[in-house]
Amino acid sequence: MKKITIKIDGKKITCTEGKMILRVAQENGVEIPHLCDHPDLQVKANCRMCVVKIKGRNGLFTACSTPVEDEMEIITEDKEIRRSRKTNLELIFGQHHLDCENCTWGKRCGLLQYQKPLRAKITRFPNRKEKRQSKQFGPIIFEGKKCIDCRNCVEVCPVGYYEIEKRGSDISIEPSKDKNKDCVYCGQCIIHCPVGAIKSDGEFEEMEKVFELKKQGKVLVVQFAPSIRTSIGEEFGMPYGSIATDKLSAALKKLGFDYVFDTSVGADFTTTEEAGEAIERILSGKDLPIFTSCCPSWVKYVEFYHPHLRKNISHARSPQMMLASIVKNYFAPKQKIDPKNIVMVSIMPCTAKKYEASRPELNFENGLKPIDYVWTTRELAWILKDKKIDLKTIKDDPADNPLGDPSGAGVLYGASGGVMESALRTAYFRLFGRDLQKVDFEQVRGQDGVKRATIRLCKPVKFGGDKCVELRVAVVNGLKNAKIILDELKEDPKKYQFVEVMACPGGCIGGGGQPLPTNEEIRQKRAVSLYQIDKIKKVRLAHQNPQVQQVYKEFLTDKKLTKKMFEVDFKPEGKSKIKIKK
Amino acid sequence: MKFINKIQVANLKGRGGAEFPTAFKWLSVAKGHLKEFNQPCYVVCNGAEGEPGMFKDGYILQNYPEKVIEGIKIAMDTVGAEKGYIYLRQDYLKKFKNHLKKYIGKLPIELTAEKIGYLGGEETTLLETIQGDRPEPRLKPPYPTDFGLFGCPTLINNVETFYQISQIQHNEYKNTRFFCISGDAPKKGVYEFPVDMSIGEILKRTKNVPRFNYFVQVGGGAAGEILTKEELNKPLTGAGGIIVYNLKKTDTKELIKKWVNFFFDYNCGKCVPCREGLYRLREMLQKKEIDMVLLRSVLRTMRDTSFCPLGKSVYLPIDSMLESVKVNYKNKRDIK
Repeated sequence: MKKITIKIDGKKITCTEGKMILRVAQENGVEIPHLCDHPDLQVKANCRMCVVKIKGRNGLFTACSTPVEDEMEIITEDKEIRRSRKTNLELIFGQHHLDCENCTWGKRCGLLQYQKPLRAKITRFPNRKEKRQSKQFGPIIFEGKKCIDCRNCVEVCPVGYYEIEKRGSDISIEPSKDKNKDCVYCGQCIIHCPVGAIKSDGEFEEMEKVFELKKQGKVLVVQFAPSIRTSIGEEFGMPYGSIATDKLSAALKKLGFDYVFDTSVGADFTTTEEAGEAIERILSGKDLPIFTSCCPSWVKYVEFYHPHLRKNISHARSPQMMLASIVKNYFAPKQKIDPKNIVMVSIMPCTAKKYEASRPELNFENGLKPIDYVWTTRELAWILKDKKIDLKTIKDDPADNPLGDPSGAGVLYGASGGVMESALRTAYFRLFGRDLQKVDFEQVRGQDGVKRATIRLCKPVKFGGDKCVELRVAVVNGLKNAKIILDELKEDPKKYQFVEVMACPGGCIGGGGQPLPTNEEIRQKRAVSLYQIDKIKKVRLAHQNPQVQQVYKEFLTDKKLTKKMFEVDFKPEGKSKIKIKK
Repeated sequence: MKFINKIQVANLKGRGGAEFPTAFKWLSVAKGHLKEFNQPCYVVCNGAEGEPGMFKDGYILQNYPEKVIEGIKIAMDTVGAEKGYIYLRQDYLKKFKNHLKKYIGKLPIELTAEKIGYLGGEETTLLETIQGDRPEPRLKPPYPTDFGLFGCPTLINNVETFYQISQIQHNEYKNTRFFCISGDAPKKGVYEFPVDMSIGEILKRTKNVPRFNYFVQVGGGAAGEILTKEELNKPLTGAGGIIVYNLKKTDTKELIKKWVNFFFDYNCGKCVPCREGLYRLREMLQKKEIDMVLLRSVLRTMRDTSFCPLGKSVYLPIDSMLESVKVNYKNKRDIK
């Protein structure tokens, strides 16, 4: 692409021809107000907030949709521009119900950010949508009275669940009534909504309940997901990608949890089980390819949209569920705590995990639920702030034993390719009875939506072997990309043996429960830090985690019990009901 | 290419209202098609004629269908299009379907219905409609000449433009255009006059100069500008409509309301200034007292920042009415 020179507010800037003015401005530290623009999405130019002037041309132009040209001179601020932005912002406020206390943006949304400098009057027009209903499907809540009709959710939804109804001022975004369409609860709509019109069930009203239970004598146990450690810091003003593992557990303890465990240890169990299952199925050729089972949106997607592929999903429970199994069935008796007295909370980067934890197939034989509450990263940040616990300044305090110290592999679960890499490391051991020397599998890392690789695992020569196994794998992030792989498999069912799918872009680091904003650059920073954690971990193989080994030795001594604790056979329901919330 | 040169010499401009030089448009499409020769290329005749008080395209379709079809055929041959569409508002489709089909014969030209009224005549909304997508305007660029129907180079011209193409072909083009006169005019109808004839002269020639005090709306019956009788010494721009209003008998407040309701009914809901602005204008006009400062700032923002011509064009009729004709609003604040 050709390099050109332009001027923004008199400042000379060299940039690539054809890029949009808004992007070039952002890259050069010039702030232009915008709401419907999101770097993950196509340019729609609906909100009309980013208008600028171009010297020599009449009128105003939207910076998000106007490409830069050589010697273009752009003016981003003057009286007319401000007046237009101000009126448009006031018009937008006129269709948005203010509920800033309970907003996913936590008062950091564009509306409030631009309101002050533009001197916009929030109440210039009364909210015309005040009577619109809120609708809940699974754990997702869409609040019509907050929606500003930008359509980001319509575009980002991987299954086309949001539909545009009617026209003009009556336009409304509605969950699909089509019986062949269902929400998969990934929460990408939440992440891409500029005004917090979509949230997940519980945000942010139901957290106090847990602490009430403590007063009634319950034991509070919490686990936090792999990806949270490199994202939650953002909520407290720490730079993107800050590693906050021990601060996080310190904050959870201060909040009142009796035991703080790490879901990454659960991931180590998952890896151990799933790698075993994968090797078994690959060697026997049964139900291939094997699909990963950690992402509940992906599982739901297969169940609803491709039910004939259900048999391909690994039977292994997801990390949060495995850890909960161990907490309530192994840790509790060991500590002489009645499992019924334990309240298990899980902090997840994910909205679909709320749904997963509610699936009855996962309940223990005695009917007990493994997980009692699932909070998103945002919810945890919200309550920490509410209780004036500052993550940024709190002193490190690591998670508790015996389920608080994961392998590096377990931490990788938070990024796309992490499950695959962890499984490959352990699969090697399962195949050859030896541990890998070089444990990095660069081929499956990174933010690309689809990663394909043939992985050659060979027995070390000095142990008598030129014996090799070739694994054809695919790693997908972003559910829209899953279709590509499923289409390839339709053509050639043997193309892959092992497929990892995470519904969210970048994997869990881009999950629907993560802090706002989330975009590619931010996801990348969160992911890089996870790989850093793995790199410096002493134990980098899941099956080598001493805590995991101890549980297998002390508790999971027979196969039947292991199956009960770690496997699941889901019985999918049909389309979820759309409930009207009052 | 030779024919495009002929259009250029004739200095023909699009008759849909935007007055874009026709030769330039044809050349862009021809070039676009040349670049991607394997791709299809389309010609669309726009007969949506959605402005109130406009009926000259209907008149042409009724009286000169063979000329319109000939114009389309010339266009298809010139730019190398394999298919043509005649896109008609629904009553026109019903009325003219049969005799248009007679002249189309075996030519690859399809009749297709406009679906949403008014905005359906906007050229990118037209493309979305024919494609079967949600009828809404597209971002430009890319322009339809490069990336039009189904992503292929597409030439879109108005019914009258194609008629004039046929005139050029037969060397009968006389630099005229069609005008629709309606409203409180004694001799309503469609007339043909030189393009540069003044509005006052047109009224005079058609014996339509009222004896009463009046004002006119020129262009279209919703988006057109309001002119008093002192302002008629200039040629008409935009769509070729002249609506005469009896000043004494016209409730100007109601008229403004009518326009706003019209735009409100036909806005697609895509962009903030148009969707929200029209909602608020309508709300304001229903009240007894009007905040004129706010009204004007909403109108200006709509003009300056709306996504497509619909939102942009709400300003002109209302502003020119407020400037030229006295409207008895009770002001919340003083007019500035």
